[in-house]
This record gives sequence, C-alpha cells and structure tokens, in this order.
Amino acid sequence: MLSANMTELAYLVASILVILALKGLSSPESSRRGNMFGMLGMGIAVFVTLQLDGIENYTWIAVAIGIGAIIGGTAAKKVPMTSMPETVAFMHALVGLAAVLIAVSAFLNPVAYGIADASGAMHAASRIELFLGTFIGAITFTASLIAFGKLKGFVSGNPVTFSGQHLLNLILGVVMVGAGIMFCMTESATAFLVMLSIALVLGVLLIIPIGGADMPVIVSMLNSYSGWAAAGIGFTLGNNMLIVAGALVGSSGAILSYIMCKAMNRSLFNVLLGGFGSDTSDSGSPTAEVGTRPVRSGAAEDAAFLLKNARSVVIIPGYGLAVARAQHALKELVEVLQEQGVKVRFAIHPVAGRMPGHMNVLLAEADVPYDIVEEMDEINPEFSDTDVALVIGANDVVNPAAKTDKSSPIYGMPILEVTKAEHVLVIKRSLSVGYAGLDNDLFYMDKTMMIFDDAKKACEAMLHAIE
Amino acid sequence: MCGSGNCDLTTHAAMMHDAAAGGATADPIVMSFTVFILAIFVGYHVVWNVTPALHTPLMSVTNSLSSIVIVGAIIASGPIEMNLATVLGLIAVGLASVNIFGGFMVTQRMLAMFKKRG
Repeated sequence: MLSANMTELAYLVASILVILALKGLSSPESSRRGNMFGMLGMGIAVFVTLQLDGIENYTWIAVAIGIGAIIGGTAAKKVPMTSMPETVAFMHALVGLAAVLIAVSAFLNPVAYGIADASGAMHAASRIELFLGTFIGAITFTASLIAFGKLKGFVSGNPVTFSGQHLLNLILGVVMVGAGIMFCMTESATAFLVMLSIALVLGVLLIIPIGGADMPVIVSMLNSYSGWAAAGIGFTLGNNMLIVAGALVGSSGAILSYIMCKAMNRSLFNVLLGGFGSDTSDSGSPTAEVGTRPVRSGAAEDAAFLLKNARSVVIIPGYGLAVARAQHALKELVEVLQEQGVKVRFAIHPVAGRMPGHMNVLLAEADVPYDIVEEMDEINPEFSDTDVALVIGANDVVNPAAKTDKSSPIYGMPILEVTKAEHVLVIKRSLSVGYAGLDNDLFYMDKTMMIFDDAKKACEAMLHAIE
Repeated sequence: MCGSGNCDLTTHAAMMHDAAAGGATADPIVMSFTVFILAIFVGYHVVWNVTPALHTPLMSVTNSLSSIVIVGAIIASGPIEMNLATVLGLIAVGLASVNIFGGFMVTQRMLAMFKKRG
C-alpha cells in the first residue's frame, strides 16, 4: 500500500502520460506512441486506485473489469470505420451512465468516499460537486443515446420540433436547478431524484430538435460533457487524476465543437436551438426551383475520359461517400489515375461526414496515404491550378452561394472553392438538396458535369472505363 | 491533501474548519480548482496542435480518457459488503472498462491505418 503522498505522485505520472497521449496526435507518426502512453497512464491510475485503503472487493472488481474488457475489446475489433460516429456517441453514453451510477453510489454511501462528516452527513461543498457531476453525467447519458440513435438510424435523423419546445426545456432546466439547490441545502433524497430524473429527460429533449448533419457539433459537445462529468466526479472525490483527465477531455471536446461551428459559420447556440436542419427531402420554398434548370449530365465513361486526360485532380468526398461505402472503390480509381501520371489529391472540409475527421479515417481505412489528403485551407489556393474537381456525395460544402449570395442562409460559411477548377464532376444520386435545404448553383454551371449514380457504382464504372 | 478518497475524516473536517476561519491552509476545493483550471489550459494548447486529420482518433481516445471515472467507480465498489452502493459501483466499473478497452483499441486500430505514400 502506497502512502498518500506516493499515491498522489503516481496519479501525477498518470496525468502526464495522459497529456502525452493527446500531444502525440499532432502527427500520425507520433500518434501511435502517444496512444501507448495513454494506455499506460490509464493502467497506472487503475492500479494505484486498487491499492487504496478501503478497496477490498477485488474479486468482483476484477470480474467487472474483465467483462468490460471482453465487450470493449470485441467491439473495437469488429466495428466498421463507417460506423465510428455512432460508436463514439455510444461510448459517450457509457461514460455518462457510469458517472451517474458513481454519483448515486456516493449519495447512498458518502462515508466510503470520505465526503461525509462524523455524523454521516455530506459536506456542503461535496453536495454541490455531486449535484454538478450527476446532472452533467445524466444529460451526457441520454443525449448521447439519442445522438447514437440518430446516427444509427434508430431515431429519425430529422429535427423533431414542437411548439413550446424551448419554453418546456427552460422550465425543466429551472426546476432541475431548483431541485439541485434544494439538495445542496438539505441533502434531501427526493430533491436528488427529481434533479436526476429531469436531467435524464432534458438530455433527450435537447438533442431531438437537432438534425443529422449537425451531429459533428453534437458529438464533439457530448465529448466535452463527458469530460466535465468526469471532472465533476473528481471534485466530489477530491481526486486530481480525474480532474486533470476530465478537464483535458472537456477542453478537447469544446475546441472541436468550436472548430465545427466555425466551419459552418454558425454559433453553438444556433446549432443547439436546432433551427437549421430541415428534412432533406423537404420541398419547401428554397428548393422550389430544383429540377427546373438545365443541367449537363454525363455517364461515368465521360467522367473517366476527363479524369484520365487531366494533369491534376482534386477529389472532394462527403457523407455520400460514407453512406455508399465507396472508399475502397475510390482508392482503386485513384491508383489507376496515378499510374496514368495524374496528380491526385483529396480535399477535406472540416464538417464533411458525421463527425470531425470522419473522411480522413475512411480514406485511411482504404489505404489512401495521408500525405495526399489536404485540409481546406491548404487546398483552396490550389483549385485554380486543378483540371478536374471530383465531388463525391458532398453538397453544401461546395455551394458557391456561401461566397457569393448574401441572402443565402449559408453565406459566410467557408467552402471548398471547386468552381475555380477547369472542370467539375459531381457524383450524386439526384439533384436533391443538401442538409441546409438549399439548391446548389454549382450543379448548373457550364463547367459542371453531373453523374447521377450511387458513389460506389460510379467509382467502379469510372475505374472500369479507364482500364 | 485529501487526495484519494481514503483520507482521515477528522483531518478533512479540520481543514474545512481552518479554511472557513480564514486559516493558513487553503480549502481542498480551492486546490482542486487550481488543478482543474491549469489542466484546461494544458488541454487547450495541446488540442489546438492536433492535426485535423486525426480528429476522429482524438475523439475516441478522449472518450477512453473520460473513462478515468473508473477511479471513482472502484472506490464506490471498494467495500467488501455488498449493498446497492457497491453494486452500482461495480456496474460503473464494467461500463468504464468497456470504454477504456474499446476506446484505446479502436484508436490504435484507426491510427495504424494512417500511412504515408509508398
């Protein structure tokens, strides 16, 4: 058994390892070593905790860890890369639920946590910390479950709105905080349960009005919440390891949410209110003219001819690529083009896909080397020197209205400037509008050729035509 | 300080009392708060340096890291006598373990895919 000082120092070492894990992600080369540091840090934290005074239930704890390891390990091996967004959302739900269970357990038996005075009553400070940890954990839990459902398709990806929604949320929020304050003052079990139940309901209500394509922001935000929940539990226990790791995760998620919002030129508040995402098949007023303007459409063979004769090609993948699981077919197409001497690069918009970095992982899975995959700021100046821009399953992120049309709802959103390329090829199943519910002028330009097909079929057809 | 949940209750109470009386020892919660704010600063600087290409692995690894709540769960399930508090703690240990193992392994799997040309 380590002394209290040694325990703290061991937690310090673990905290540093955890920081190194995040630091490693600054480049793919250092990332794998960083991940090892993270595992080591987590291992140290668990072993140090196991030897603490008062931890005697070893058999059962080992069983619980063992079961978790088997389930987690199996899932990690099996989950396809296209399912990463919902997997991450589900994992956030697990952290939230764990935080809630710990908080309830601490409430039931405060003496075991050393947060009670001699008479068994909780310290005032501990009650406040417990309140914070519980409600953040509870909201994280149910909100992540709904996000998971939306990403997986169990719950409609469309925004669910009803009148008085925001008022209802506000009232529930006020009642929850009221019950929380009452709990802090009186340690009343009723107040604690009321607070917990409302937090669980609020988690659901806060996420249902938010549409599927806003999920990159929501998943990042829940990532942040799961960190704050951990830090909250850390405050309850007076444990620096939890506070450090929780704060790191919390700030990481917050930064990702900020980057995602900025890439859509929207405020976090605007995303949370859920006003933006209309149904993609909605034929409301902004979409009225869809289909009435002439477009130039072509077959995959025509596209293949253009690609084969180009010097440089930039490919812009979007969520449609993930849906069609076209990444492997696309990679083969890229290889064939490279053999023909064509310079091929990928351009990734920050909000392409359903979570930050979604496209990068899909391309990496298909063995596309990461040094031909460029970020928006790197590639935008290059479009004027590009022969063919190939847009696959992306829409709003290449809509020139964001730059030119001041009345457009997406005006000001940074886009990939494909219109500067000599030719534009767009693979899309139909002319239907994207997430923002807007028609896209790009599709009607003279330099644009539309290929109306599923992304995977189109890639295979182009590959076939070139070979 | 009262770091790991096993501290002497009387010491804790005495420290709280000291702090309330404006004594020389800072309240432990102030120390925790200091650590918390410093960690946010570290997180801020480290995360801005993460390359956007690795944002998905960043999310899965931070997800594992937030499962550090397993420390709390182990303390909750520590007492040898089984009651509701211990059982909830054990369930939390299980859930956090799913995340720790699942998160780190899926991150490793993803990172292994990022290769250079050739």
